[in-house]
Amino acid sequence: MKLKTALLASVLTSAAFAAQAQEVNVMSWGGSYAKSQVEAYHKPFTAEFGIKVNSIDADNPATPIKAQVEAGNVSVDVADVEFSDAVRLCDEGLLEPIDQSMLPAAPDGTPAADDFIEGALQDCAVANIVWSTVVSYNSKNVSGTPTTIADFFDTAKFPGKRGLRKSAKATLEMALMGDGVPAGEVYDMLDTDEGVDRAFAVLDRIKGDIVWWEAGAQPPQLLADGEVVMSTAYNGRIFNAAVAENQPLVVMWDGQILDFDLFVIPKGAPNLENAKKFIAFSTGTKPLADQASWISYGPARKSSGALVGLYSDGKTQMAPHMPTAAANLENALVNNFEFWVDKDAELNERFNAWLAN
Amino acid sequence: MTDATANGQTGQLTTADGKPLKQALARAQSRAKRKAFFLVLPLLAFILITFVIPIGQMLHKSFYNEGFTVHEEIGSGVRTPIMTNLAAWFDENPLGTEPNETAYAALAADLVVLKDLRAAGQAGTRINYEKSGSRSMFTKAARKADKLEPPFKEAILDLDKDWADPELWRVMRDASSSYTGNFYLAAVDRTKDVNGNVVMVDENRQVYVKLFQRTLFLSLLITFLTFVLAYPIAHLLATLPLRHSNLLMILVLLPFWTSLLVRTTSWMVLLQSQGVINDSLVGMGLLGDENRLQMMYNQLGTVIAMTHILLPFMVLPLYSVMRPINPSYVRAARSLGATSWTAFRRIYFPQTVPGIGAGALLVFILAVGYYITPALVGGADGQLISNLIAFHMQKSLNWSLAAALAALLLGGVMILYWLYDRLIGIDNLKLG
Repeated sequence: MKLKTALLASVLTSAAFAAQAQEVNVMSWGGSYAKSQVEAYHKPFTAEFGIKVNSIDADNPATPIKAQVEAGNVSVDVADVEFSDAVRLCDEGLLEPIDQSMLPAAPDGTPAADDFIEGALQDCAVANIVWSTVVSYNSKNVSGTPTTIADFFDTAKFPGKRGLRKSAKATLEMALMGDGVPAGEVYDMLDTDEGVDRAFAVLDRIKGDIVWWEAGAQPPQLLADGEVVMSTAYNGRIFNAAVAENQPLVVMWDGQILDFDLFVIPKGAPNLENAKKFIAFSTGTKPLADQASWISYGPARKSSGALVGLYSDGKTQMAPHMPTAAANLENALVNNFEFWVDKDAELNERFNAWLAN
Repeated sequence: MTDATANGQTGQLTTADGKPLKQALARAQSRAKRKAFFLVLPLLAFILITFVIPIGQMLHKSFYNEGFTVHEEIGSGVRTPIMTNLAAWFDENPLGTEPNETAYAALAADLVVLKDLRAAGQAGTRINYEKSGSRSMFTKAARKADKLEPPFKEAILDLDKDWADPELWRVMRDASSSYTGNFYLAAVDRTKDVNGNVVMVDENRQVYVKLFQRTLFLSLLITFLTFVLAYPIAHLLATLPLRHSNLLMILVLLPFWTSLLVRTTSWMVLLQSQGVINDSLVGMGLLGDENRLQMMYNQLGTVIAMTHILLPFMVLPLYSVMRPINPSYVRAARSLGATSWTAFRRIYFPQTVPGIGAGALLVFILAVGYYITPALVGGADGQLISNLIAFHMQKSLNWSLAAALAALLLGGVMILYWLYDRLIGIDNLKLG
């Protein structure tokens, strides 16, 4: 009898062990964004496949991935990275290629290749969201109502400190748009020395009034504290501060810069098959639409758009808060990843030198 | 002992069993030494594995970069040399040779290899470190490498006329050898021109030398400030009766035990323009609401927060040398007619020098490598060189440049340490 129990127990534990081995490690950006992914992707995925999802936070998942793959000690199966990083890591052979045929078609039968927004499918990456860098202001502290990106760089008209991300990317584009350059000409102009000089000249105008931020959670804090009156920010973080925490923060869509976040699989991922399953599941029409009910980032599939409904509070319509909403796209710039893969080193070098002087 | 002398025919000392005493002693001693060595072995192995080897590997990267010479397949670890044809052409033709059809043919052959290995990004990234904008030239050219036909020069220049840029060829020549000093040049704001002469980079891209200077200056300033603040505190702690001084000691240690991040963010709460200090000043009417002081996101913020955070590292060594100083020395000096200033200067102060040295060295070395605090409260002009090292480690992913900057920082600290040893003597150091 005793032997039987012991045997049974050992069988049960080994079964439990085997079940536990079925897991997938997903690395993302933490905060309200990671929460939206846990709710919309991780939980339904575990419910459907019985595979446990471990959520790991990083400041920028591209960095630990590069280190892990180069050291030959990979613990992450899926990572959420920015566009230029996805391209760069893929070019360097650090990522598994992703077979697009594994991605499910839209409910109406449109194949995945047509259902995703242009550029969302790459050799080694599948986009899940469209996010954007926007200018936001605290309506309690700013005098008047700023309406255009030019107002951000005009401290005479709207006095007060400005928050900007400490990086050349997005900052230089905004500076040019703030100087009246139409979105369509920004990258052509930045490709020339005169264009770069012009962008820095615009930044020079407000240099003394800038507070630099680095983590995505900082700008809502700076705005709410009154430390700055206007700041660039990730639109989803502002939405969460405004809607979930009732802060008087307003997004100004003029001059927004759109970008993708993509799922990638590092070479040598320990649970490769699960990782593929996870990506195929998460970038399906419904999970992408669900994700948008937790944070205001747009789904990368066209078919998800119609399913986007209310915020998780049950009363806020999400559609007008999406960076991809038609009204918000009037003067919008799509981040040119190729430009940044190439020019990142040079422009950041100059940016750092400009900061230090 | 007398036995031993008697037994030795040659006059050598021997033990009771006839072995020479010297040998027996040496053997016994070496056994003891071996035992002692086994005791420190775990620590030695730990330091070697977690400290010496990783740092060595990192420093190795500062002058060794295989980006343009070897491709290593992830997973299988198969290493394939790349750009071999071009390297051969560089070997045969000295710097300054106009790239001819043979050179372009070599380049075309290498591009095919890059395409097959999917290594164009890697090679392009290596060149892009020194010649911005060239990364996409490599990825684009490799994509079309199979379709290139002779004459190769024309075919490649058709893809992108920038392939004729002599600077690009100079960079490729340097990169075709894994060993390079160019990252060290970049770390001191220098580069090479097309003829291989070392020149300064554009004025609007010079940053590292300036930041090294600023790091040195701010670290010295912070060391000095901690000294000025810590000396009286340590003296008070050392002279008070133990009952009171223990209480005060806890006040010194409590922040020391608190997380660095907590202390830094507390300073942010205090210093920001809508923060406690500014609010109090405005509330008391000492300051207009529009004239709030900017005490953070600049050098001032860095200096204030770092001085506070590093203060215990100065207080503790000072306290440990002041505590055993016999008060009767100073009393003796006073009774012999010295003024209190002279007694302090000639009697008390010299006895505390080992503590000052230890504290200053600790604070300075810690300050030189500080990274989190300046990143959080430093804004634009309160950044130190460590912030740029972190930038190249985490964002630009140019680890060779990060390693070169770190090596220079390490070298600088070692020189200062050597100077300290020569001037004051490291034996004179008293850490507690």
